[in-house]
Amino acid sequence: MPRGQGHVSEAMDIPSLSIDSVREGLLSRRFSATELATEALRFAEAENPRTNAYLHFAPERALAAARRVDEQIAADEAIGPLAGVPVAVKDVIVTKGVRTTCGSKLLAYYIPPYDATAVVRLEQAGAVLIGKTNCDEFAMGSSNENSAFGPVRNPVAPDRVPGGSSGGSAAAVAQGTAVVALGSDTGGSIRQPASFCGVVGVTPTYGRVSRYGLTAFASSLDHIGPFARSVKDSATVLHVVAGHDPCDSTSAAAPVPDYAALLSGGVKGLKLGLPREYLKELTSETGELIYAAVDALKHLGCEVREISLPATDYAIACYYILATAEASSNLARYDGVRYTFRSGRSETLAEMYRNTRGEGFGAECKRRIMLGTYVLSAGYYDAYYLKAQKVRALIARDFGNAFQEVDAIVAPVSPYPAFRLGEKVDDPISMYLSDIYTITGDLAGIPCMSVPCGKTAEGLPVGMQILTRHFDETTMFRLADALEQAQRR
Amino acid sequence: MKITENEVRYVADLANLRLTDAEVGRLRADLDGILEHVDKLKEIDTSNVEPMAQVLYAAEETATLRADEPVPPLGNQAAMANAPQPGAGYFKVPKVIER
Repeated sequence: MPRGQGHVSEAMDIPSLSIDSVREGLLSRRFSATELATEALRFAEAENPRTNAYLHFAPERALAAARRVDEQIAADEAIGPLAGVPVAVKDVIVTKGVRTTCGSKLLAYYIPPYDATAVVRLEQAGAVLIGKTNCDEFAMGSSNENSAFGPVRNPVAPDRVPGGSSGGSAAAVAQGTAVVALGSDTGGSIRQPASFCGVVGVTPTYGRVSRYGLTAFASSLDHIGPFARSVKDSATVLHVVAGHDPCDSTSAAAPVPDYAALLSGGVKGLKLGLPREYLKELTSETGELIYAAVDALKHLGCEVREISLPATDYAIACYYILATAEASSNLARYDGVRYTFRSGRSETLAEMYRNTRGEGFGAECKRRIMLGTYVLSAGYYDAYYLKAQKVRALIARDFGNAFQEVDAIVAPVSPYPAFRLGEKVDDPISMYLSDIYTITGDLAGIPCMSVPCGKTAEGLPVGMQILTRHFDETTMFRLADALEQAQRR
Repeated sequence: MKITENEVRYVADLANLRLTDAEVGRLRADLDGILEHVDKLKEIDTSNVEPMAQVLYAAEETATLRADEPVPPLGNQAAMANAPQPGAGYFKVPKVIER
């Protein structure tokens, strides 16, 4: 039967695709990977003005990847676990030959000479990279309003932020223009936008996914992780990108379980901790949805007890010292010598550095470089940086103690749902405080994720956070999947 | 007040950031507020706590070392491709040394 355009579009309802449905469509020859890539690119470009989720598209690369999948299918070869799946990648993750801006004017024309390991692994698994997603400049922000290329709008409520800093990746998956996406998380930049946009977002154990090719923000806290519309899809993507990489000495050599295959293990008898420090600032609607999700897990046989993570109150202060200190040194490389942008009006080398950075960085990056430089400067190191490192140890110890008693911790992702564009831009502290429940997981380096747990009366999504022991993503995914299934019923 | 405009200018100098006067004023106020919040850390007793610089996981010290085998480097052309001012295989910068 000849395949007309109408037939193809009908076979591929792009926004509702899953990894399984793409695979099924390809193997049953309902559509080819090339047809899917073409349609996905067309759809993503047409939808983009609504959200500004993508900064640029990668049609040549997408079609080349799709062609490889079609050749494999034509030759009856085995196809990869992500064969033909349209993916989007946050623009802080480098892609060879495809512009990577980090949401910054400084890198507006930067074309990386190599691929990040996570991107290589996605494509080896057959994924089709359709484009690079918008984000806060150098991943610094909680609302995606700090991009040099304009904010992203929340696809669920266009007058609201999608969260940040991986706002574009969350919006792309929520809007349906990509089946899955990669983001990065340093203080909540995957989980918070996932929560605000109503999708699944996963921050794996520190070291689980190679950061080779992730533009460094705060190296002791940076993670790469997936966004998806289902827990299963997020688990499949993590399995693909995780694992040791010789190019990242902080990547762990631990074996990577097949998370998606282990989802059905059941949650009966699991002990869950509900930290009382995470329930104080909640809006009433967020609180109700979180408690309802906890009840749903109780009905499935989980045992829930209240726990305490006493150092939580100090987490924001701790994080904004450590993260900015690391950022101030990581961002020192943008000096006008190597990375595309150089201020045109400089007589001396020192002037060139200063002018390039003064003209190139946006307000939030400057604020963080300044704070980080200040806390590391002579006379302040012990009072700020060293003190914060000790507090970090206490935060990690809290989790260690809790995991003696419970198998997982359940908590809100954010005290409130997506806020309005512009609502917090003039108040950096209020913006920083919106990360209150997510930064602790990054500081301790434990796996944590956001899974949708309902919507407010206004229709704004709320996410529940699940945190587990180092390298125990399996239990985290299992709980998230159980919650997702319970909500479908 | 935790920080003065003069200190802001001094830190900007350390960070190699050219700031306008308006930025100096704004950053002084922002940093002041943030440092005020950060002062909270003084409340918590850390006298017997080792500082944590990195997330540690159980593995042999050498577990993440790669084999010492040569691999092809990036190459001069690729490495220079994003240079704002390349020249003869080098990064060009304004004159550093006066003759």
